[in-house]
Amino acid sequence: MTLLLVFLGGIVGAPARYLLDRLVQRLHDSVFPWGTLSVNLSGAFVLGLLFGAHDHLGLPTAMLTLLGTGFCGAFTTFSTFGFETVRLLEEGSVLEAGLNALGSLVFGVLAAAAGFALAALLA
Amino acid sequence: MSRRVRGDREEADLPVDPDVDLRHAPDPFRTPAPPARGRTWDVLAVIALGGGAGAVARYLVGQAFPGPPTGFPWGTFLINVTGCFALGLLMVFVLDVWPPSRYVRPFFGVGVLGGFTTFSTFSVEIVDRVSHGAGVVAGAYAAASLVAGLVAVWCGIVLARTLAGLPVRRGGRKGE
Repeated sequence: MTLLLVFLGGIVGAPARYLLDRLVQRLHDSVFPWGTLSVNLSGAFVLGLLFGAHDHLGLPTAMLTLLGTGFCGAFTTFSTFGFETVRLLEEGSVLEAGLNALGSLVFGVLAAAAGFALAALLA
Repeated sequence: MSRRVRGDREEADLPVDPDVDLRHAPDPFRTPAPPARGRTWDVLAVIALGGGAGAVARYLVGQAFPGPPTGFPWGTFLINVTGCFALGLLMVFVLDVWPPSRYVRPFFGVGVLGGFTTFSTFSVEIVDRVSHGAGVVAGAYAAASLVAGLVAVWCGIVLARTLAGLPVRRGGRKGE
């Protein structure tokens, strides 16, 4: 049952990432990977919100598995983030690579904390 | 998908964003192809299947590494680092070695590896450690994941280029 929930969430999360990434990247004609950054920050916020809702608002564990482990896990990506950062480094865009790595980390953590705090506020 | 041509930095070998630029454009002066509308459902379906499989694999690996909320999240760490290595390896073969394919990169790159690795769990685990007073573990986890992830991508790229007999170093400067 748990595996099915994770699978169903992943089935929706991965194409959603592809579509949002493509949409955002089309709006920014830039070497900076805005698409992946948007996906990862929004996904970190939603997962923080879901964990907060599980702790404070009684969100069922099955929903956390479906939307958190399944959807958010597949929606966000670490491999593409790493690949894009290495490609920026290899192309000599060292500043962009550093901003991408540190910006993703700092704002990802802040987004997750904000989601968690929002759920606690709503409780 | 268009990319800005920046002096001599533009190269057509590997697009910076593997989730976006599914078509390999060998000619940087070529007008970017318009997005294929109405024919992307099959690609989305392939991404969905890969994403579901990747998510299940991530869940199973995570279950194999249970730990307290103050401990080092070994499961996600190993998932993200191995996924980075695999994507580096895959992208060289997809773009430089194998003949163009409509489904290989959407399934394995965007789907399986994108669904397997996760940035949201990584971020939440850091917040979780900090909120449990394990700030040192959180910092070590963040730094180790970043460094190991980038090194893993690079190792995957180098291994793939070596296996394929391609030059390992491919900087942005001309004449290299």
